Amino acid sequence: MLPYPLLSLSLLIMWLALNGFTFGQLIVGGIVSVVASWAMASMRPSKPRLRGWYLLPKLVWIVLYDIVRSNAAVVWILLGGHREKRHSGFVAIPLELRDPTGLAVLAVIITSTPGTAWMEYNSGGGTVLIHVFDLVDEDGWVDLIKNRYEKLLVEIFE
Amino acid sequence: MSTIEHAAELPAWAALVVSVFLVLGSGLVLMGMLGFVRLSTFYERIHAPTLGTSWGTGSIVIASMVFFSVLSTRPVVHEILIGIFVTVTTPVTLMLLARAALHRDRSEGNPEVPEDSPAEMPAEESGEPAGRA
Repeated sequence: MLPYPLLSLSLLIMWLALNGFTFGQLIVGGIVSVVASWAMASMRPSKPRLRGWYLLPKLVWIVLYDIVRSNAAVVWILLGGHREKRHSGFVAIPLELRDPTGLAVLAVIITSTPGTAWMEYNSGGGTVLIHVFDLVDEDGWVDLIKNRYEKLLVEIFE
Repeated sequence: MSTIEHAAELPAWAALVVSVFLVLGSGLVLMGMLGFVRLSTFYERIHAPTLGTSWGTGSIVIASMVFFSVLSTRPVVHEILIGIFVTVTTPVTLMLLARAALHRDRSEGNPEVPEDSPAEMPAEESGEPAGRA
């Protein structure tokens, strides 16, 4: 009946928060959250294990800080307009992270940080191809992704 | 409905905070749009709108939260959900676009795009790069 009780509960709470706490919305939200959890179960996702959940606030803080910083950096480049000197390019990064949830979080981090974009992940070799807007030092980017984000994600999810 | 009509009752400090975040957010969206128009290749262009989907959204969301929280004198947190959904769904669209562009450039033999990784070579040798999940 309820394959993902936590998911259903949080969906129901979200539904009520968005639509108002009335009895009618409780019924509709209840139906929606149960059906959604069935849909989720039919996709057979891997069960994420949050081994190092206490590290999540640290990760969120690092990511928020980096988003603000790289927003400023990209605005600076766009305003400065020295397009001739700037060089953008691809960087292939070998990853140790294999957990699907961890990889999804890494994709969100890399994409939501302006200046870097997640292109494609090769699950055979475990490498990810990213595109960097202002590419000065390729090894620097590999080092940044691996040490700043991946290390934390491995600790959290594996 | 009536909240907007009461916008004049917003205290000065709150109006200032809301304006700063709104101008910052919409400025970032505008910058992203300009970059999107001015940059030359697909791979460079995808970086510009990220300004709007990250701190641009964040700023506007904060402005909205302050505005409605002060006016209705209770914390309004719906906007956090908007922020989370925008952030979580952006990579999905980006990956679809990026992989399509990579596939096209590789099949056209564009030298600026890196080759497919060696782990996938057997599929490439058989002549059909299909079957990738």
